[in-house]
Amino acid sequence: MLHTIIKKNSYQDSINLMLLTNSIATMEGLNKVQIMMATPANKDIFKDAGLHTSELEAAESNDMAIVVDTDNADMIDTVLEKVEQYLNDQSISNKKQGFETVRTWDKAVDALPNANVAMISVPGEYAADEADKALDRGLHVFMFSDNVSVEDELRLKQKAHDKGLLVMGPDCGTGILDGVPLAFANVVNKGRIGLVGASGTGIQEVSTIIDRLGEGVSHAIGTGGRDLKDPIGAITMMDGIRALENHSATEIITIISKPPAEHVRNEVMELLQSLTKPVVAVFLGEKPEQYEGNVYQAYTLAETAHIAVDLARGNEVKADYNSGDFSVENASLKEGQKTLKGLYSGGTLASEAAVLISDALGLGTHIKNEEGYVLKHEGQEIVDLGDDKYTQGKPHPMIDPETRSKFIEQAGDDETTAVILLDFVLGYGSHDDMASALLPSINKAVAKAKEGGRTLHVVATVCGTKNDPQSYDNHVKQLKEAGVIVKETNNEAVRTALSIVGLQVEDNQKKHVEGTKSDKKFDLSVSEDIASLVSERPRVINVGLKGFTGALADTGTQFVQYDWRPVAGGNARMAKILSLLK
Amino acid sequence: MNYKSMDEANKAVVDKITGSAPFLVNVVPAKEKIKELNDGKVLLHAGPPIVWNDMTGPMQGSCIGASIYEGWASTEEEAEKQLASGEVKFIPCHHVNAVGPMGGITSANMPVFVVENRTDGNEAYCIMNEGIGKVLRFGANSQEVIDRLKWMQDILGPTIAKALALTEDGLNLNVIIAKAITMGDEFHQRNIASSLIFLKEISPYIVQLDMDDNDRKDVIQFLADTDQFFLNIAMATGKAVMDGARTIQDGTVVTAMCRNGKDFGIRISGMGDEWFTAPVNTPQGLFFTGYSQDDANPDIGDSAITETFGVGGMAMIAAPGVTRFVGAGGFDDALATSNEMTEICVSQNSNFTIPTWDFQGACLGIDARKVVETGIEPVINTGIAHKKAGMGQVGAGTVRAPKECFEKALEAYAVKLGLI
Repeated sequence: MLHTIIKKNSYQDSINLMLLTNSIATMEGLNKVQIMMATPANKDIFKDAGLHTSELEAAESNDMAIVVDTDNADMIDTVLEKVEQYLNDQSISNKKQGFETVRTWDKAVDALPNANVAMISVPGEYAADEADKALDRGLHVFMFSDNVSVEDELRLKQKAHDKGLLVMGPDCGTGILDGVPLAFANVVNKGRIGLVGASGTGIQEVSTIIDRLGEGVSHAIGTGGRDLKDPIGAITMMDGIRALENHSATEIITIISKPPAEHVRNEVMELLQSLTKPVVAVFLGEKPEQYEGNVYQAYTLAETAHIAVDLARGNEVKADYNSGDFSVENASLKEGQKTLKGLYSGGTLASEAAVLISDALGLGTHIKNEEGYVLKHEGQEIVDLGDDKYTQGKPHPMIDPETRSKFIEQAGDDETTAVILLDFVLGYGSHDDMASALLPSINKAVAKAKEGGRTLHVVATVCGTKNDPQSYDNHVKQLKEAGVIVKETNNEAVRTALSIVGLQVEDNQKKHVEGTKSDKKFDLSVSEDIASLVSERPRVINVGLKGFTGALADTGTQFVQYDWRPVAGGNARMAKILSLLK
Repeated sequence: MNYKSMDEANKAVVDKITGSAPFLVNVVPAKEKIKELNDGKVLLHAGPPIVWNDMTGPMQGSCIGASIYEGWASTEEEAEKQLASGEVKFIPCHHVNAVGPMGGITSANMPVFVVENRTDGNEAYCIMNEGIGKVLRFGANSQEVIDRLKWMQDILGPTIAKALALTEDGLNLNVIIAKAITMGDEFHQRNIASSLIFLKEISPYIVQLDMDDNDRKDVIQFLADTDQFFLNIAMATGKAVMDGARTIQDGTVVTAMCRNGKDFGIRISGMGDEWFTAPVNTPQGLFFTGYSQDDANPDIGDSAITETFGVGGMAMIAAPGVTRFVGAGGFDDALATSNEMTEICVSQNSNFTIPTWDFQGACLGIDARKVVETGIEPVINTGIAHKKAGMGQVGAGTVRAPKECFEKALEAYAVKLGLI
């Protein structure tokens, strides 16, 4: 039966009333409902819907007409109530994003005309093109993307160098510019130590230790892992070093890399020797015997951070920061339990572990990598689970615990395993709570070993700061409560693991010798663009992964999100036509 | 090509758009301006070329109505027989300087607006808005519809023509559009402000006319009741301006977008009169009670000339009153829509600044290259017709121009330029 409610002189626009009708129509117990202004044209629509009544006919254009077809007359009050409620609450609450999202380079530059950094995380096959476009627009490039060819990398870096710009990457996982974490990076106090690093977790380990020691980082410039190899020749590393040399707030320069190609190493060393500022250098896998002039070479990442902090504070630099007492009380082992299983999510941390363990085993400090294993020797295993081998079609182990969980349980089942060595890398980009994610597997492995009469030791290091989105202190506490031995640095964690199986590293006592200044005159000047990159807050166009904007928003950084898609949706023929129609 | 680069050519095309000077100068029977309509039984229709059998319900219903209106047939059956037999010739409105809403069916004696673009001296035509409800453009063809059309022919059209004749040089449409866009119109879904401005401008002349007082009252009442009256003027304006702009025969600026219920057609500046078509989408939106998405006719009408001109869906942000047609969203969604549309346009039109958009100009010149590059298809605000003839409007919403049209246009242009 039809019921008519006329709200005299109650005007609402038609869209509103259509939305209202839709919302009322969802109520149970109604056969049909129509709410419209009672204009002559609308009365016809009521008629067509079989909802015409004499009250409706009598209503006028400025009256709102509600006609309900229902078998239950009690519903009318409910309908009226809902109508009132709807009309009183029409504002649409929409969570504001607070930043602009664009779909083309032109709009990106329009939206942020003073942008100076393009952060590129598009698939590798497109990354070089996008980096080119960024450089053409006078932007420095932070290139998270990997799978970029060496030829492209060289071309882009030469082009950038000629234009006075910096290409950080490709495959650059970490950066900090003026306190702003880029990609996978920690919230590190701002300070007077500047980093240039060819390794992501290397920068994370050094910068977080500096933070926890109470000092801070001015910038951490990532170069990408191949920068110090042939044929790139450290183009970005050397421009980055010059940038920090010219940056007045940077007092100490720290560089982090795996061992460079010999001639590249020489060239970089010569440049470092010519600087006015003290330098700490770590070439992971090189075991230095002395400090030369203003260049203090460290053996481990932790030592690198300690030297930098002492230099910043004007303290005397010690001959060695690595050795110490790493014994574990009551570390009982069953006969045959003698191997270490290092299951790492951070590539450089894995390498560091491999170097130290090889060193302790008397195998030298050279790093290999076979199928992700940076050490595999008589059951002693260190695996980089972030290696391409384990990340095909799967998220990185810093984000996803699955692969590591499996490896933990396997290692626990291995009767020779004495210690499982783990890293927990905090900061932007990483898993919200990796400790909680891995503890079930850890507990399971430990319990299973116990059933077999073995004590399985788990030693971990947490790479992070108290200001990271995942709290450092909570992470440490959670792991300790679960019986995990947690150490301050990866160096200490590895040495603790070694001591459990009765091994240790002999460290060099480094003496300080005069530096060898070369005759070569180095041009230490930098372009205006590079000078302003290090003297100002970055202003970022984020090309690709939206997740990277979290850190930018949290730090109040100006940025625009470029929701990148392949040109013409990846249609190669149309892309070609577009390239011709210029 | 006469330009150094595609960007330069496109700039020349959009300069024509911003430099245009459209004036509403007259209302005349269509046959006076469109000579093709004097040549036997001829009907104009919306969209790219189409034959009777391919027309959807509303367009067929309109054809039947027009046949009866013109006196070619006295019954629906008779009309349908003529139309199906090929006795009636069909021409796209766009081929004769005209545009038509929904079915776009225009016959010899229907009064049309005459809009003159004074910078290029060209004219464009569009039939007058019949109001809402049972109307010919949605395929209705009852006696009520025919009677209204007759009244428009005999009273409304001549009255406005005479009133316009009293003005010094017609009505300056850039001025009306610039004012109305600050009053919440986007000239496709919402024309209430511009219709009011039109009424305000024309009333002083209508009251001066020597005419029957009842007729005068009817005309004023009709104009006062018809919120979308200005839509058809806006369409003729868009057509006049874009036809002026496409005298430049280079570049990749979209110069027309239209739909016939089967195909969506576009033209680009570099390819002149050629249509590039793809199957139309079906609009999504809000429906009157008793109707649903299943009843919706596929996209139809020449009214997308407003979007081509840079208003309509492209200027969604100008019309907060209709923003909720963009999905179920509010102001921010409208903002996002218009911001997205700037990604595919050459520039922004400073003649039409939009207060709710921080006074940015309306979108200017859809670049087919940018559509293909980004995959962002132009958004069109539209009424939704029932797919059966004569049922009329069943809702309103938005629809996207299919990307394939733009791909085909670019491909053809690249061939024409000898690039592939």
